[in-house]
Amino acid sequence: MRYLPLTPDDRTAMLSAIGVKSIDDLFVDVPGPAQRDGFVDLPRVAGEMEVERALSKMAGRNVAAGSVPFFCGAGAYKHHVPATVDHVIQRSEFLTSYTPYQPEIAQGTLQYLYEFQTQVANLTGMPVANASLYDGSTAMAEGVLMATRVTRRNKAIISGGVHPHYVRATETVVHAVGVETQALTAAIDAEAAVIDAIDKDTACVVVQTPNVFGTATDVTKIAEAAHAAGALLIVVVTEAVSMGLLKSPGEMGADIVAAEGQSIGNALNYGGPYVGLFATRDKLVRQMPGRLTGETVDADGERGFVLTLSTREQHIRRDKATSNICTNSGLCTLAFTIHMSLLGETGLRKLALLNHEKALATRDALAAIPGVEILTPRFFNEFAVRLPKNAAEVVSTLADHHVLAGVPYSRLAPDAGMDDVLLVAATETTMDVDIQILAKSLTKVLGA
Amino acid sequence: MNTVGRPTAPNAVTAKPATLTGARGLLQDEHLIFESDGWGKTGVDLPEPTTDGSDLGDLVRRDPIGLPGLSEPETMRHYVRLSQKNHAIDLAIYPLGSCTMKHNPRLNEKMARLPGFSDIHPLQPISTVQGALELMDTLSHWLKTLTGMPAVALSPKAGAHGELCGLMAIRAAHEASGEHVRRRKVLVPTSAHGTNPATAAFVGYTVVEVAQTDDGRVDVADLASKLGDDVAAIMVTNPNTCGLFERDILEISRLTHEAGAYFYCDGANFNAIVGRVRPGDLGVDAMHINLHKTFSTPHGGGGPGAGPVVLSAALAPFAPAPWVVHGDNGYSLIEREEGDAAQAFGRLCAFQGQMGMYTRALSYMMSHGSDGLRQVAEDAVLNANYIKARLGDLMSPAFPDGPCMHEALFDDEWLKGTDITTLDFAKAMIDEGFHPMTMYFPLVVHGAMLIEPTETESKQELDRFIHAMRLLAQAAKAGDVDRFKGAPFHAPLKRLDETRAARSPVLRWTAPQGTNIAAE
Repeated sequence: MRYLPLTPDDRTAMLSAIGVKSIDDLFVDVPGPAQRDGFVDLPRVAGEMEVERALSKMAGRNVAAGSVPFFCGAGAYKHHVPATVDHVIQRSEFLTSYTPYQPEIAQGTLQYLYEFQTQVANLTGMPVANASLYDGSTAMAEGVLMATRVTRRNKAIISGGVHPHYVRATETVVHAVGVETQALTAAIDAEAAVIDAIDKDTACVVVQTPNVFGTATDVTKIAEAAHAAGALLIVVVTEAVSMGLLKSPGEMGADIVAAEGQSIGNALNYGGPYVGLFATRDKLVRQMPGRLTGETVDADGERGFVLTLSTREQHIRRDKATSNICTNSGLCTLAFTIHMSLLGETGLRKLALLNHEKALATRDALAAIPGVEILTPRFFNEFAVRLPKNAAEVVSTLADHHVLAGVPYSRLAPDAGMDDVLLVAATETTMDVDIQILAKSLTKVLGA
Repeated sequence: MNTVGRPTAPNAVTAKPATLTGARGLLQDEHLIFESDGWGKTGVDLPEPTTDGSDLGDLVRRDPIGLPGLSEPETMRHYVRLSQKNHAIDLAIYPLGSCTMKHNPRLNEKMARLPGFSDIHPLQPISTVQGALELMDTLSHWLKTLTGMPAVALSPKAGAHGELCGLMAIRAAHEASGEHVRRRKVLVPTSAHGTNPATAAFVGYTVVEVAQTDDGRVDVADLASKLGDDVAAIMVTNPNTCGLFERDILEISRLTHEAGAYFYCDGANFNAIVGRVRPGDLGVDAMHINLHKTFSTPHGGGGPGAGPVVLSAALAPFAPAPWVVHGDNGYSLIEREEGDAAQAFGRLCAFQGQMGMYTRALSYMMSHGSDGLRQVAEDAVLNANYIKARLGDLMSPAFPDGPCMHEALFDDEWLKGTDITTLDFAKAMIDEGFHPMTMYFPLVVHGAMLIEPTETESKQELDRFIHAMRLLAQAAKAGDVDRFKGAPFHAPLKRLDETRAARSPVLRWTAPQGTNIAAE
């Protein structure tokens, strides 16, 4: 039990200092019937070597994205993370610190959160951002709730291009408080359809760009229509790198941006931990959920940073709080902010173009395959194709041949009637040879 | 009396002239990245793209974004300098009560970074993630066994998210039985974490507070008087936020169930009882487990956390998707509310939850084994009681009679007449090289000071902490007010003006007027 420093002698001496005979005397408040002696069906103490072997064996049963031609996206993206990022986030003073409740000895955390907030605000084109939420999908749910607080209306219109899992996660939470949602039918390129659904009860319209089929849309007109009706526009972004190439949500009139930040600095991790980016307009800041870092001065007038506007939060307002969230994705924000600092504007724009370039090349290779139809008109690094066969079966067959060809749309929405639709993503990590292998093996599977 | 500490000459002359640059020895001042000269710079070498995005027409972003770049060495220095302004568990005891800052084994980090775990996509074909599902299934087995509960929902992304999950399962169960229309109240003790009432309200319930007894427990009589057929659930933290085990827990759960309500247990303090007590034996229906607290996944400056929820048989059918099942063809994932999962209350996040935390937690569990986890609880409780005993004569324990669990709670009674507040005392602890304990929580104790040492502190480190606390307490009582009022004097910054930050919020950097740098 290498993590436990007390020796038997220490324990004896401490029990004596406390004035009790045995450890059991410290558990006297536990009712007798609830006391347990141990658990026979769990293993006993294991050394580092044993644990490493057992877990490595499990890890070995998974196919790592980097080991095969890989084209999965749909809300999680494989990007290269510079070695510096992982090194820095493992520094003890970051990894093993806590919420910066004592700002005088937490300026490291507070300053990087302030830098993160600024980066996210600039990236999304919004005036203010918070210090992150759990992930993009929970950020979308919080965005809808915030919009209902701001507008005092009760309905959210959700575009058919929003990631189905984001829609479900949002519905689950907001329905509990009686907020209505109207999710439009899935469509490759129909963001503007939300305009027709807006009525006087509409608190917000939610659109995603690029959407789950990869379609990039200028949502300016949707913003205008929403604002004309007194509703807010929530823009969801699942691929943060796209904002390096595409017009920002803020530029197009968004009131709230709920985005997934995994793409910058964070590994795929089978779905988590990720980092929810959340940004809004100045006048809405007191309705914004989550943590915020603000600038101030110390007793000598030196600039410093603190957690602020906590009067919105659960530890002050309890059942009147803006949300029940009491954490952020601290270490993931650090990874984001380091990667972003390394990239800078120059690097981010180049990275975004490389993603786009690889996706175009992948599209061209797939378009040449008989029977494959490219569905997405304008895209960043992901697009949808229609296959002459069931997409899930094709993906499964290709997986057996060590190619991860993408995400069948039916995996996200089995009832949408799009069983032949495959979502294909490429990033800067996609090699020309990967594209060739994908095209070749897909041709083979479809030709059989 | 232990006097372990930094050896210093007591009579040394310590007057410190201000430095010329403002630096303090190794502690460098560090500007924001936005104040660097990194506009147009990048620290990443990427190939030149062959496209220019022109096929996207007017969708392309034209204006400057406002993101400075740093070279790799500049990046390292920036963050290393920032890191030196943080306290961390790897530097010294971090005695925040109710937050559980214990050692973070690096084996956990190594395991989570195996490409087979970190480099897999949440929507890969199930056949290519069998090991990940096996890990989730194994973790579920450990959690179910340790809690004595039949089911677990892994996906909640933090403790508060777990509370949401548990209450939504309770709500779904009442909806299924048709009782939801009537059961609209949730009972929450006054000592609960703020997240408890916030969560209950979030799920649409009216929060009713339950009083506390003089000895820091739920007032069972008050609870009984408020239980009725309009109550959906009670939320009790056990061990509670006063660091005490709820002695009447069996009675509380019996009364709750008799009234047709469910028993939600806030499992934030599970580390005090793991391996010795199974919440299932106490009649709990739902309990979240903060993997970061009990099972040592790092707090990382505030997150990410992970808050799996164990569920009783009554609530299990309502668990949110997705979850792992094991059949003849290996592991598979139930991703939708259909078939056997038709009663699931929905989905809490896009994917499978905090896989990176599952790996770390399982690594910790396997390292300890069932015998070691029991020792974890015992040492955590022993350490807390040791602190309570060694400080009890100088400071005032909030509940002096009987043992505490994993944290020792003091009030500010002992500071009466000194003109020194809990906040002042905490800030003076910084000067002595310690992170302050949790202050002013729980709210039911005046000027609360909540100290949680955890099981990974040695007796020597505890003695060092106790020594400093005793010296500080003696100084406070001796009227050495100046030591406390302006503290900290030896931190990277002096006391920060939090009122100013809240009154006129500055939440981002913006370019000084007249400069050419785009900020928005």
